[in-house]
Amino acid sequence: MAQHVAQPTATDPAVPAKLPLKAVAPWAVFFGILMLILLYFVGAEQGATSVFSGAGVHEWVHDARHLLGFPCH
Amino acid sequence: MLAGLGAGLLALIVAYLLGEPNVDSAIGFEEAHAGHSHEHEVELVSRGVQSTAGLATGVLVYGIAFGGIAALVHCFALGRVGRFGPRATALLLSGCALLAVYVVPFLKYPANPPAVGNPDTIGKRTALYFLMMVLSVLLAVAATLLGKRLAPRIGAWYATVAAVAAFAVVVGLAFAFLPAINETPEHFPAALLWRFRLSALAMQLTLWAGFGLLFGELAERLLRPAATAVPGRAVT
Repeated sequence: MAQHVAQPTATDPAVPAKLPLKAVAPWAVFFGILMLILLYFVGAEQGATSVFSGAGVHEWVHDARHLLGFPCH
Repeated sequence: MLAGLGAGLLALIVAYLLGEPNVDSAIGFEEAHAGHSHEHEVELVSRGVQSTAGLATGVLVYGIAFGGIAALVHCFALGRVGRFGPRATALLLSGCALLAVYVVPFLKYPANPPAVGNPDTIGKRTALYFLMMVLSVLLAVAATLLGKRLAPRIGAWYATVAAVAAFAVVVGLAFAFLPAINETPEHFPAALLWRFRLSALAMQLTLWAGFGLLFGELAERLLRPAATAVPGRAVT
């Protein structure tokens, strides 16, 4: 009779299968770093630190930086 | 990332309609009180471009970047955070991300309009803001792992309560020990500051809610095509 009681196991259709960590890890590292670089350019480039000289990047994303909550100037 | 782009578009609309009037008012204040801090130089990018194309670039790149990161985290979280399907996991994840990435740092170092903030301290303020963001995200991850560890022993409900409480206590300690920043100039209109910060919050809320729903929908369709297919309609 005990077999009729639904057990929350990995084979439960309500719980999606786990993706293997080893398969996700390389993608996570690569795209994670790429995304962090994008964030850096929106959030901090030519404010506190500069990779490129000038203020073009800063001025271009100026309003977004204020409204997204990053310290701007 | 595509869902992030879509959510970014929604947030852009909110930013343009709610946020921009406040930025303009703040710049008006800045110019009215200029003379001591801001030198009048040739504008590199005009206000018209800043408030449209520039704003769009910033918000969309932000949406894409956080969308990409959240999608990766979703791969790790799916099937590991209790009995949630792809759609529910996505919404739960964006709720937590809104809290950890934005609301917690915002409570300590809120968004500031133009004219607020001393240009000389930009390095310190940027470092503190990113520190608070990283700290909050790491603590959220640690709290999640703690909750998972406790769940088999004290049950999912109490494990979640304990993990959230631990997160709140450590964030409270960080708030207490990190230096405060208050560089709002004298006579800056309080109502304007309040409206600016509310609009910034509304923008993030739209971004993350939009991302959670959009990404959840896409993930659900990708991972569970049979469940979402409308019964009775032939699937070709």
